[in-house]
Amino acid sequence: MRSRSLLLTRRAWWLVLCLGLLPLLHLVWLTWQDGLGANPAEYLIRTTGDWTLRGLCLGLAITPLRVQCGWPELARFRRMLGLLTYLYACLHLTCYALFDMGLDLQEIAVDVLKRPFIWVGVSAWLLLSVMAATSFNRAVRWLGGARWRALHRVVYGVAVLAILHFWWMRAAKSNFNEVIVYALILASLLGWRVHRGLFQHRAQGLR
Amino acid sequence: MTIHPSSRQFCHFPESEITPLKIYQSRRQIIQGLAAGVGGLVLTGWGQREAMAQQGSSGALIGKATSVSGGVTMDKPTPYKDAVSYNNFYEFGTDKSDPARKAHTLKTDPWSIEIEGLVKKPGRYHLEDLMKWAAMEERIYRLRCVEGWSMVIPWVGYSLADLIRRVEPQPGAKYVEFVTQADEKTMPGVRSGVLDWPYVEGLRMDEAMHPLSLLAFGMYGEILPKQNGAPVRLVVPWKYGFKSAKSLVKIRFVDKQPMSSWTKAAQQEYGFYSNVNPLVDHPRWSQATERRIGEDGLLAKKRKTLMFNGYEAQVGQLYAGMDLKKFF
Repeated sequence: MRSRSLLLTRRAWWLVLCLGLLPLLHLVWLTWQDGLGANPAEYLIRTTGDWTLRGLCLGLAITPLRVQCGWPELARFRRMLGLLTYLYACLHLTCYALFDMGLDLQEIAVDVLKRPFIWVGVSAWLLLSVMAATSFNRAVRWLGGARWRALHRVVYGVAVLAILHFWWMRAAKSNFNEVIVYALILASLLGWRVHRGLFQHRAQGLR
Repeated sequence: MTIHPSSRQFCHFPESEITPLKIYQSRRQIIQGLAAGVGGLVLTGWGQREAMAQQGSSGALIGKATSVSGGVTMDKPTPYKDAVSYNNFYEFGTDKSDPARKAHTLKTDPWSIEIEGLVKKPGRYHLEDLMKWAAMEERIYRLRCVEGWSMVIPWVGYSLADLIRRVEPQPGAKYVEFVTQADEKTMPGVRSGVLDWPYVEGLRMDEAMHPLSLLAFGMYGEILPKQNGAPVRLVVPWKYGFKSAKSLVKIRFVDKQPMSSWTKAAQQEYGFYSNVNPLVDHPRWSQATERRIGEDGLLAKKRKTLMFNGYEAQVGQLYAGMDLKKFF
């Protein structure tokens, strides 16, 4: 189909990349224009966190969409979305370390150990770092496809940790509406995989 | 609408009471403007304030200078636009921008407060009458939110003690409970289950009688904007902001410690006292430091939070001998 072959063009790839960078450009623009509101640090920390979560949802939606719609072309955006998500996660962590902690490493260490929800967030970031570090083609070859895939399944853990991190933060003010939305999206995306895994397993067993 | 010269004609103001008009402006803006020799910049600042005020408030309310110790901090007041756009008022939504966008539906006229419980003069008192019970004073207080940010607000009102004396509590009254407006029709957040409505707060009688405990009707020289708790709210400057209940409809005199809404929602996290205390952390964040809204830049180091929000000299004796880690 024409629309599907459009997905394979170089232009489509660049378009998705630019779309993925728009939130970052928007934040840079707002910072420049003094438009971050009364509490700029909080705004930057929260918005970069929100975009990390959205990136996770989008990245994890690729495979279900690819399989359900029969659009294998979507796979070529998966790595880019993953790395964009990692970019926002890094920005999130940097904003926290810089604006909340004044880049005081000792204070950050104490804070990470003291507050479980920070600890959970940092763990999620570390797991994402492992994925980002092994995201290039040579790493796939070096690890071998099966091991690489197994390693990159930690993204499911990242999703759970990210929700826990968000839930814990919001629990302070018992404000769970958004947490529930993200949790439902991620749960259905992971649920799809569980369902498929069980189904495929059974199908293979019958053969 | 904001501060009409005509609305201030009823008396002459000494110099000290006119200054507030100036300090509420972003001083930097004015100074920058003068330094650059661009008068227009200053005028732009005034224009913006005018527009904001029209959104929020509906008239002037000037207070006289106060003689209460600690009643006027030397800290620089927070820019008006921040004080009316960054609010926690869950009755209008949980986002800090919600109150400024949605509070316009709140109906503050007519308004009355019901005084009940262990008190000799219970009854329903109209706002207009309440406002005459004592002389309006200007109090410039630090406001420390439990979330780790702070502001400096010039309030207009009188000591809660003036109201309490007027209604004559009975000897058995040990605590004061504050019940706030919870109207589903005008307050969209009340339909959500975030908290158990109506929002309730409480003070020990000696805390309520402390001259710094303020019944506020205005801020920045005008009637309280709706997002800031119009038409009448509590301000207890040495406690975390959520203790300062907004849009009061009931004041009850009781013999048992009231259950505040946040304590009810999370007993481990929000105690009855909720005094600002840098040594007692919230389970999810440190309370040792704070960010002053509108003043501390993005890269500025957060400032140290002061014991009792800097009001230790005034209120410290209220808690003498108490284990503040236990009674947080």
